[in-house]
Amino acid sequence: MAYPKNYKYTKEHEWISVDGQSGTVGITDYAQQSLGDIVFVELPKPGAEVNAGKTFGTVESVKAVSDLYSPVSGTVTEVNQELSTDPEKINSDAHAAWMIKLRIKNPEELKKLLSAEDYETFVKEEEAAH
Amino acid sequence: MSPTVEATTVTVRKTALNPVHRQMGAKMVDFNGWDMPVEYPATGGLLAEHMAVRTGVGIFDVSHMGDILVSGPEALAAVQHISMNDAARLGVGQAQYSAMLYPEGTFVDDIVVHRLGENEYLIVINAGTREKDFHWVRDNTREFDCTVRNASDDFTQIAIQGPKGAETLQKLTEVDLPPIKFYWLKRGAVCGLRDIIMARTGYTGEDGFEIYVPSDPETSAMVWDKVLRAGKAFGLLPCGLGARNTLRLEAKLPLYGHEISDSITVWEAGLDRFCKMEKQEFVGQSALQNQKREGVGRVLVGLEMIERGIARDGYKLLSEAGKEIGYVTSGSYAPFLKKNIALGYAPPQFSALDTTVAVEVRGQAVKAKIVPTPFYKRPKKT
Repeated sequence: MAYPKNYKYTKEHEWISVDGQSGTVGITDYAQQSLGDIVFVELPKPGAEVNAGKTFGTVESVKAVSDLYSPVSGTVTEVNQELSTDPEKINSDAHAAWMIKLRIKNPEELKKLLSAEDYETFVKEEEAAH
Repeated sequence: MSPTVEATTVTVRKTALNPVHRQMGAKMVDFNGWDMPVEYPATGGLLAEHMAVRTGVGIFDVSHMGDILVSGPEALAAVQHISMNDAARLGVGQAQYSAMLYPEGTFVDDIVVHRLGENEYLIVINAGTREKDFHWVRDNTREFDCTVRNASDDFTQIAIQGPKGAETLQKLTEVDLPPIKFYWLKRGAVCGLRDIIMARTGYTGEDGFEIYVPSDPETSAMVWDKVLRAGKAFGLLPCGLGARNTLRLEAKLPLYGHEISDSITVWEAGLDRFCKMEKQEFVGQSALQNQKREGVGRVLVGLEMIERGIARDGYKLLSEAGKEIGYVTSGSYAPFLKKNIALGYAPPQFSALDTTVAVEVRGQAVKAKIVPTPFYKRPKKT
């Protein structure tokens, strides 16, 4: 699975795609693979404040519970409701199954995130460690 | 002098099929010190594996389970002394679910006792309690004229589970399988190997067999591969411990360390029908007698989540008013039932069907109700 070049990534395996002041956030293909079959997603409500590197929700596979970490700080503007009934969409296409959209507070924070290339290298190292 | 090194050395144990699992791309986890497959993502993963067992057939490597052989003139008396079910009722070739208890009436382990011969019993025990169980059996059978042998490393144990389990195994043996009733076994040739135990037992809530083949890697891999091929027409999938856990949870089969443990009694766990108080003396019996008189302060209940959320092992159970009343022993999304279910301990006054309770999920009280168990019961054969 190729990691879209126009996305930015966290070491906690979230992606963000940026359009002006708006950011769209999801988890990476590597994340969905390590989790296995996803059966539950808990997301914040529109209007909620999220902070860079802090949890904004939870994703659960049959076996595991994982926190979701926000790549940047901002205000949630939209939540992908579809995932509450069809969480398996994250497994089928993690880079399309977005979770939240947010209004980015501080664009400077984006600079700390990984490029697709760096993230891919990071994931390879993680895999090698297992 | 040095302290016991063995106790502190962490060695990961592997079954003979370990290389086969890795080759099949299984996701491996540490399970009670064993490097075991949790699921096989390449062939569909946990949910697909669970469904294969409910609707077709799946195979599991359960070689990490332990085996104790008790044989000799007083083998029956010894087995009766250390287990709560009535082994005297077993015919040769019959098996029963049972448990070994501490004098307090709590669990050493739950077991399946197989009567292999006139005076020969095979006790199948859990992986995480192998050594403890063997020592306990040895220590508690000293006064009987019998031999106790740890045969855990003798066998590769493969579970072939699901409505198509018998048909799958039938392709590999001359022994006529349909006459073998649930919880009975036969010995015969399988895949050209002589005298293989084929027991109609399992831990999935489905029909199926567990076979015990020699544990050398070549033989183990040969049998595994042949079962894979034999079940292909029925959609057979290799299944990991993940599906094994969700399958047993739907069927309300207890897991040691969760629904049963050294601090939970038989009455609390609701395993009364496997405990024969009227049989001869057994370890734990007198404590159980007293507890029966006194009644229990908590019982195992089945839960179904009403609100969104998954109850996980260890989460708190709350009353509707928000007071802590117990805890979850096992909880998961149930792949066949497509609901979020759980087992847990709660005081009897909260155990009536349809009682509303709550599970504390990440600080939030999420509503659940008490439901009948087992959550899943396989359809009766017509």
